[in-house]
Amino acid sequence: MSWEAVIGLEIHVQLATKSKIFSGASTAYGASPNAQACNIDLGLPGVLPVLNEKAVEMAVRFGLAIGAQINLYSIFDRKNYFYADLPKGYQISQFETPIVGAGSITITPETGSPRTVGITRAHLEEDAGKSIHDLYSGQTAIDLNRTGTPLLEVVSEPDMRTAQEASAYFRQIHTLARYIGICDGNLAEGSMRCDANVSVRPSGQTEFGERTEIKNINSFRFVEQAIEHEIARQIDVLESGGQIHRETRLYDPDKDETRSMRSKELSNDYRYFPDPDLMPLTISEAFVANVRETLPELPDARCQRYRDDLGLPADDAESISSDIDRANYFDQAVNGGAGAKQAANWLMGELSAYLNRYGTSIADSPVTPEQLAQLIQRIEDGTLSSKTAKTLFDALWKAGAEDGDEAQVDALIDSLNLAQVSDDGALTQIIEELIAANPKQFEELRGGKDKMLGFFVGQVMKATQGKANPQQVNDIIRSKL
Amino acid sequence: MNDVLSLREMSRALAGGEISSVELTQDHLARITQADSRLNSFITLTEEEAMTQAAAADILRSKGDVRPTLGLPIAHKDIFCTEGVLTTAGSKMLDNFIAPYDATVVTKMADAGMVCVGKTNMDEFAMGSSNENSYFGPVSNPWDVDRVPGGSSGGSAAAVAAGLVAGATGTDTGGSIRQPAALCGITGLKPTYGRVSRFGMIAFASSLDQAGPMTRSAEDAALMLSVMAGFDPKDSTSANRNDTWLTDILNNGIADLERPLVIGLPDQYYENSSNQLSIETARKELEKLGHRFKSVSLPHTDAAIPVYYVLASAEASTNLSRYDGVRYGHRCENPTSLQDLYERSREEGFGDEVKRRILTGTYTLSVGYFDAYYLKAQKIRRLIARDFDRAFGEVDLLLTPTSPTPAFQKGQLTDDPVAMYQQDLYTVPTSLAGLPAMSLPCGFSQDLPMGMQLIAPAFREDLALGLAAQFQRQTDWHLKRPGEIN
Repeated sequence: MSWEAVIGLEIHVQLATKSKIFSGASTAYGASPNAQACNIDLGLPGVLPVLNEKAVEMAVRFGLAIGAQINLYSIFDRKNYFYADLPKGYQISQFETPIVGAGSITITPETGSPRTVGITRAHLEEDAGKSIHDLYSGQTAIDLNRTGTPLLEVVSEPDMRTAQEASAYFRQIHTLARYIGICDGNLAEGSMRCDANVSVRPSGQTEFGERTEIKNINSFRFVEQAIEHEIARQIDVLESGGQIHRETRLYDPDKDETRSMRSKELSNDYRYFPDPDLMPLTISEAFVANVRETLPELPDARCQRYRDDLGLPADDAESISSDIDRANYFDQAVNGGAGAKQAANWLMGELSAYLNRYGTSIADSPVTPEQLAQLIQRIEDGTLSSKTAKTLFDALWKAGAEDGDEAQVDALIDSLNLAQVSDDGALTQIIEELIAANPKQFEELRGGKDKMLGFFVGQVMKATQGKANPQQVNDIIRSKL
Repeated sequence: MNDVLSLREMSRALAGGEISSVELTQDHLARITQADSRLNSFITLTEEEAMTQAAAADILRSKGDVRPTLGLPIAHKDIFCTEGVLTTAGSKMLDNFIAPYDATVVTKMADAGMVCVGKTNMDEFAMGSSNENSYFGPVSNPWDVDRVPGGSSGGSAAAVAAGLVAGATGTDTGGSIRQPAALCGITGLKPTYGRVSRFGMIAFASSLDQAGPMTRSAEDAALMLSVMAGFDPKDSTSANRNDTWLTDILNNGIADLERPLVIGLPDQYYENSSNQLSIETARKELEKLGHRFKSVSLPHTDAAIPVYYVLASAEASTNLSRYDGVRYGHRCENPTSLQDLYERSREEGFGDEVKRRILTGTYTLSVGYFDAYYLKAQKIRRLIARDFDRAFGEVDLLLTPTSPTPAFQKGQLTDDPVAMYQQDLYTVPTSLAGLPAMSLPCGFSQDLPMGMQLIAPAFREDLALGLAAQFQRQTDWHLKRPGEIN
């Protein structure tokens, strides 16, 4: 029998607000334990939550970016359960009335064709703290710095059918969240985490099978591995006559397996009810309109523009548009006068190599997009050869990285003496001297031994320290034959 | 010992240089030390902090500060967080809790130059109508020490009635300012929900809790209210309003009513009260002052007690989840697991009434019961509020008894929680509707004070205060003192 998997993801997007969702404490990562837990985060007697408007704005940004219904009226509820790193004994979340309603995004899995994944809803909530079990023997340490960090929980429809699709969806949400500036996207610091709901059913069956939930996956690779594993496990169970039980499972990347955490029958009754400390959240049409105006061009639209208007190959368009910093850099280079194809090549070639080598992000690149644009223009007008262009790029990088100076491209070409010798007379003289000095080789070339052309071009380059325009050199030599 | 002055009288004495805040404060502390062993109205005396505040007030006055509140000694119910001072909410759970911050009410009163002499006793987490639910022992009624002072602000009520302080803060969720005010023969005001910040006030039921003044007269209540009230950005449920009468009251006292009022008498409040006689006397006084009376109906009154106990318990059950033994407060000895830590810390730290309400609230919020209890109660709550809206279409204020009975004997109702809950019969509906209401003395029954309740439309505390001040200029019920204390 062949099987089909059905997958839905719940992604927790940590919103990039400076302060927490219900208190003024900082959300910065990496402070010493509990240094960023204020009286409100600690759940002291008598404290009250006050909603951070920035978090609301970011939720609306996300909603608009996925074409979702923005609910002008939403409600914060208490989700009640006891845990040592949950100071109030409840989490403030949105249950029945979330701020963002149904929307969708398009994903492009590595294999397979693009498809639309429905997003059921997205709601605001506060994060809990962290329990650290391996720091003190027999004791649990609690760090409440993360407590109250704003989260947007994005719930997908069960629209994905393969682990690759799920991973592509997670990536796409990651791209989008970074694009619209609501999340720093740092997976290692837990800025985005996901839970996967997985079930399998015989191919062709319309009803869903019983599902399990895999908790707290924090990398694209693990999402794929965990789901892959879980699908295989469920198929094994079913094929050997067993049954899938509704349960929560944990993925162990070291062993590449999921294991049962708790069964749903024993799960908490969260006793959701509207938080009486917070008024229902009402936002105006004008607020939504203001947020809409500040939205950047979104990745899909950008990708399409790169393909259709700028003529980039699909792969390049996809790769550049998938990261907002890269796309912004590219746009600035093109606006600065670079040809789109050249700009794309440099961006994905030399620039990427340098960024990787020096561990620098593109937003902090020592070579500015304006400089790259000028460099490309100097290639296009024949001033630079591809070789001297690379020398110039290296010099620009170093000037920018070491001195923090934005070197003048043309001045640097002059001072490094990188301009191609394109002057016919000068090149003709050099070539004539070379022919005179190497009569045997010239005869061979004349006799049809094309390999000798390379010899002469090489000699010209040597004589000009690589600055001769290769095409021109070719032309002059051929004219002598 | 001299009879304690009212806040306004002290204010005048301070302004006239007849006495200093330091002297006043010393006098208060001495009186409390002498009398409170019988009453148990205070949990904590803050002598040192009080003397520092009083000295600071005297210095300010010497530099020309003439604010009417400067240097006035008061007490806070032990439900308000006070930085560096034990803050217990009457519970063993917090018997070691030194608050690291001040409640907004505490800050505002300190900023106004008022001197906090101590923290008053209360029913645990404000749950109770007799002050017998305090971990720190019951409070006695100054009129008869074998009787209860009412609750939950029983410590504040007893302290004011006994003249230990002229004003104390209280909090009212279903009657916890008004009922003890009535039982102790003082004046207590529960403002409109949202009028006074709840930040730093230990939560019982968030949608109902409201802080207010407990004093001997409407004038003093108005003085305190003008300091306590105001929008607080730290409380999302506080009301952002600009009622200029609040500042006028601070500087000039309660203004005369502009016209005689039409006062509503809700039928449903006069069916079973043993308080009829004193209300009747009060009514005649008010008629003499030119006010007219009119019968009104508040048809959903009967449902108020059950609705209140569903909603208040639901909110309380989750508000009290934070007391888990993990970060502060009572923690059991040698917990063997997280579950054990929770179970024993809460088992040991909470008293019976608190446990009863946590259980009730947990039950009514559970899947399968939520619709039948919580949601239904919310719907009825709206109907109760609508009853009042309709009534205020016809009348300016409502006059009712505050409590069904005068102060009862200690132990009389402790085994019958439902009978105890009936104490709140006349106070709970206004809490559910979020309306301002005040209780003031209106007579005696069996030598025990009786209170009447004035209920006003939302944010019209000025109306209730205006009528109360006028009434108190004509009558002397509020001037009577429990003889055995003085």
